[in-house]
Amino acid sequence: MSHAATVHSLWTTAAVSPPDKIPTPHIEYGQLAPTLIVLGAAIVGVLIEALLPRRHRYAAQLFVSVVALAAAFAAVLGLAAGDYGTSKARIAAMGAIAVDGPALFLEGTILLVALVAVFTFAERRLDPAAHGNRVDSFAAQAAAVPGGDAEKAAVKAGFTTTEVFPLLLFAVGGMLIFPAANDLLTLFVALEVFSLPLYVLCALARRHRMLSQEAAVKYFLLGAFSSAFLLFGIALLYGYAGTVTYGGIADVVDGTVREVTPALAGTMGNDALLLIGGAMVLMGLLFKIGAVPFHMWTPDVYQGAPTPVTGFMAAATKVAAFGALLRLLYVVLPGLRWDWRPVMWGVAIVTMLGGAIVAVTQTDVKRLLAYSSIAHAGFILAGVIAMTPDGISSVLFYLAAYSFVTLGAFSVVTLVRDAGGEATHLSKWAGLGRRSPLVAAVFAIFLLAFAGIPLTSGFAGKFAVFKAAADGGAGPLVVIGVISSAIAAFFYIRVIVLMFFSEPRTEGPSVAVPSPLTSAAIAIGVAVTIVLGVAPQYFLDLAGQAGVFVR
Amino acid sequence: MSFPLLTVTAAVPALGAVATAAVPAAKRAAAKWVALGFSLATLVLAAIVLVSFDPDGAHFQLTESHPWIKDFGVRYELGVDGIAVALIALTALLIPFIILAGWHDADPLEEASPNRRWRPTQGFFALILMVEAMVVISFEATDVFLFYIFFEAMLIPMYFLIGGFGDRAGGRSEEESATQRSYAAVKFLLYNLAGGLIMLAAVVGLYVVTADDLGTGTFSLQQITDARAAGTLDFATSTERLLFLGFFFAFAVKAPLWPLHTWLPNAMGEATSPVAVLITAVVDKVGTFAMLRFCLQLFPEASKWATPVIMVLALISIIYGALLAIGQRDIKRLIAYASISHFGFIILGIFAMTTQGQGGATLYMVNHGISTAALMLVAGFLITRRGSRLIADYGGVQKVAPVLAGTFLIGGLATLSLPGLAPFISEFLVLVGTFSRYPALGIIATVGIVLAALYVLVLYQRTMTGPVKAEVRGMPDLKVRELVVVAPLIALLIFLGVYPKPLTDIVNPAVDHTLSVVDKKDPKPDHPVTDAGWFSYSPMHDRASGGAK
Repeated sequence: MSHAATVHSLWTTAAVSPPDKIPTPHIEYGQLAPTLIVLGAAIVGVLIEALLPRRHRYAAQLFVSVVALAAAFAAVLGLAAGDYGTSKARIAAMGAIAVDGPALFLEGTILLVALVAVFTFAERRLDPAAHGNRVDSFAAQAAAVPGGDAEKAAVKAGFTTTEVFPLLLFAVGGMLIFPAANDLLTLFVALEVFSLPLYVLCALARRHRMLSQEAAVKYFLLGAFSSAFLLFGIALLYGYAGTVTYGGIADVVDGTVREVTPALAGTMGNDALLLIGGAMVLMGLLFKIGAVPFHMWTPDVYQGAPTPVTGFMAAATKVAAFGALLRLLYVVLPGLRWDWRPVMWGVAIVTMLGGAIVAVTQTDVKRLLAYSSIAHAGFILAGVIAMTPDGISSVLFYLAAYSFVTLGAFSVVTLVRDAGGEATHLSKWAGLGRRSPLVAAVFAIFLLAFAGIPLTSGFAGKFAVFKAAADGGAGPLVVIGVISSAIAAFFYIRVIVLMFFSEPRTEGPSVAVPSPLTSAAIAIGVAVTIVLGVAPQYFLDLAGQAGVFVR
Repeated sequence: MSFPLLTVTAAVPALGAVATAAVPAAKRAAAKWVALGFSLATLVLAAIVLVSFDPDGAHFQLTESHPWIKDFGVRYELGVDGIAVALIALTALLIPFIILAGWHDADPLEEASPNRRWRPTQGFFALILMVEAMVVISFEATDVFLFYIFFEAMLIPMYFLIGGFGDRAGGRSEEESATQRSYAAVKFLLYNLAGGLIMLAAVVGLYVVTADDLGTGTFSLQQITDARAAGTLDFATSTERLLFLGFFFAFAVKAPLWPLHTWLPNAMGEATSPVAVLITAVVDKVGTFAMLRFCLQLFPEASKWATPVIMVLALISIIYGALLAIGQRDIKRLIAYASISHFGFIILGIFAMTTQGQGGATLYMVNHGISTAALMLVAGFLITRRGSRLIADYGGVQKVAPVLAGTFLIGGLATLSLPGLAPFISEFLVLVGTFSRYPALGIIATVGIVLAALYVLVLYQRTMTGPVKAEVRGMPDLKVRELVVVAPLIALLIFLGVYPKPLTDIVNPAVDHTLSVVDKKDPKPDHPVTDAGWFSYSPMHDRASGGAK
């Protein structure tokens, strides 16, 4: 008996008591309201698609999207006003979501960007009417083969893809969670939630559908690849720390873990797991940011996607992904900074220089902006590397400034058109300043902001990150930053030269007169660019207060 | 709170730019009068600044200080010393003449413009006023960051002025001159932007250094110099040198100093003559001014360290610019190279680190502005008449247009620093100031004067004397508008040539202050000068020998 008991105790244990019931998770609905509103509205959008007659869908979808995004933004403001960004910052939803300053700031930025993006999605005056129906930038029927009979029939029937609105809302929902995720699994789920709708949105262009679908496939394949990296990295980190929560991993990395179980004791000394896992998670995030050498998808996708989607993606994805990167580096891996900082230095340098140098040779406006976005990712990385509270707030400020410039610039791109749709080849922009001085002047403002000319938001942002970087001991990065700024200035200026100093071509494109929707998007872009350039103090304060992560 | 005179002086031209740009497309002529009115109002304000400035008072006067971007340690701080007052006066004085001289430069070629919104005339004058506003505030700013912002932002309107309103009188096809023009504009912008961005790195560095030592970063010139004097702020030698180089690079591009000068001949050649004057007489002065105000006062040790190299570069500028001017076939490019030579003198004077040198350099900035404006604007009138910039296309002009030729000659003589005209005194002072510390350099620099005589007189001889060329025959003489532009400039050249005291009185205390920051004392003259000389050189001499602190 006793012998048998001893043997059994090797693999069994006496049932002491019946296991507890699975506890009900405690969800702080109020603090998660922004995300919940957006995702709820997305589901309402799906129902609208299912239940409402076609002719009412556009108005209903537009209404739901705008109201939901505005309400979510109001919720963010309410949370921020209630000190949830500072003194009451906490971790909600059973440790899955952090509600703190950076999260609220980035969520607010993403929601505003999305709100403006909805305006550009809803624009229906730019394309000439097809069969008497006003059309937007999206394919009549996504499932129809490009150029096939089904598509012609769909165009004739006046179909429009109003699904873009719920898709946008789902993407926004994912982006709201991404920078707030406080464990690696939530991070991954959020990544997929915002990536999948974007893949679909990329494929939906009304014009140049083949190019658009090619872009979507490339984005999807490379995106899936990077997701796999991220997931594998998560697995390795879990293997290392025995937990997926940010705080838990950080404790193990720092060696301040309270309770060392035998299993943990066996793995926590294994630096290979930690380093490889951390590197793979980083790779997944750098892919979304578009940092060299994970930038390959950027130009093709930016060029092929419908321009409103490109604008949204370029602005909001970058905000969300940088938010997640910041949290990962500042909350999970600060103990590892002597390992990742040199690597990130390298990434920042090649990203700044690579983006700027390759952009010089571009001949397509959208590709040019794509490479410029890569260069800007490099500038932001310089701020990320600082590893100071200043670094966080400067990155937050830069992201807010940059996203509105980007959105505005892509909105202007939708206006310049010829018979084949948008005229994105640079040679067609020659003399635009003579035909439509106002549009050209607005685009010039955005380009000058990209170039970082003083009195635009681009300069304030650039100065903020460079200051943080220099303060954090990354002086050489600042020098390389200004050198790549000088290179980048060259191609921004080249576009201005083309617009203002070249003779207009007789068969050149015309500038479509937009509806108030796109006009509003562009006006907001210009206003933010100039306000953040001339009087940035209020927003710097805001970003400064938001500069502390909760752990 | 006292009346913010300096802000208003900068704001009036800025408002003028907006008002000019807002004039409806059909009322082109009105836009010109609006612009002229605002530039004259600025001149009045500048005169008030000049009058209310007390040369013997505090170093920075009429100061204004408001917090602006707290996170960057940036304050909206304005204040003027004597050097700034003189240059603001120069700027405000030249802009009305530039506007008048360019009265027809931006008229559309054909009256029926295809686009009602395309308003080149309004744009041209609005841009000039915008440049004026930015230049004035750059002279006023005592916060490094504030200065940097306008130093850099100024490039954009300048760029459009060069690229958008080029010289139509190139004797080339419209397409070719458009290409040349946009090349010149891009070259101008890239050179200056590169300089500015390098400076940005140094500005960031300055913030970090001050934040390290003082707790909070600051860009206030006053605060930094005070903290350095008190010993609370101490730059490491290598840091100071790097920061100095970052600042100096930007200013040397702007000034321009050999070998960073190559954008100037292109820009001045392709721009219309009034814009060329704007570049060389007004905008470039910000570069030399900033060397005095920022390079020397923020980084005195590094300035002393770099002096030998800069002196040699300045010397090369003098000789090289003069030699290339002699070789030019294009009138405007000739004047551009002459300017490079003159900027060499200015920089030589600044880094000689003597009261005569720096006082002379400051006078030089003002006098060069006036003399180049006179020469270039008359050259512009000449070029508009004939439709060519090539010297070889002219000959015998003085027989058909004697007044034009006469004013051109006076402008030219001022450029070669003929005694009795204003530039002579400044050039002489620069040479004396250089000689007292670096005799060899002073002697070599004197060669520049000889070369200047060569390029000016040869230019005059080839264009104005000799047999009257067929194309020149029947060339009208200066019209009333053109005379209104030229006559006051020439009167001023003669007045300041005979009686420079008002100018020297304003400038000298500021120069003394700068030198005291750099902690340089004038070398003792071997043979004390007792004769004060006819151009009232004495106050400076008193300071030089007796004013050592």
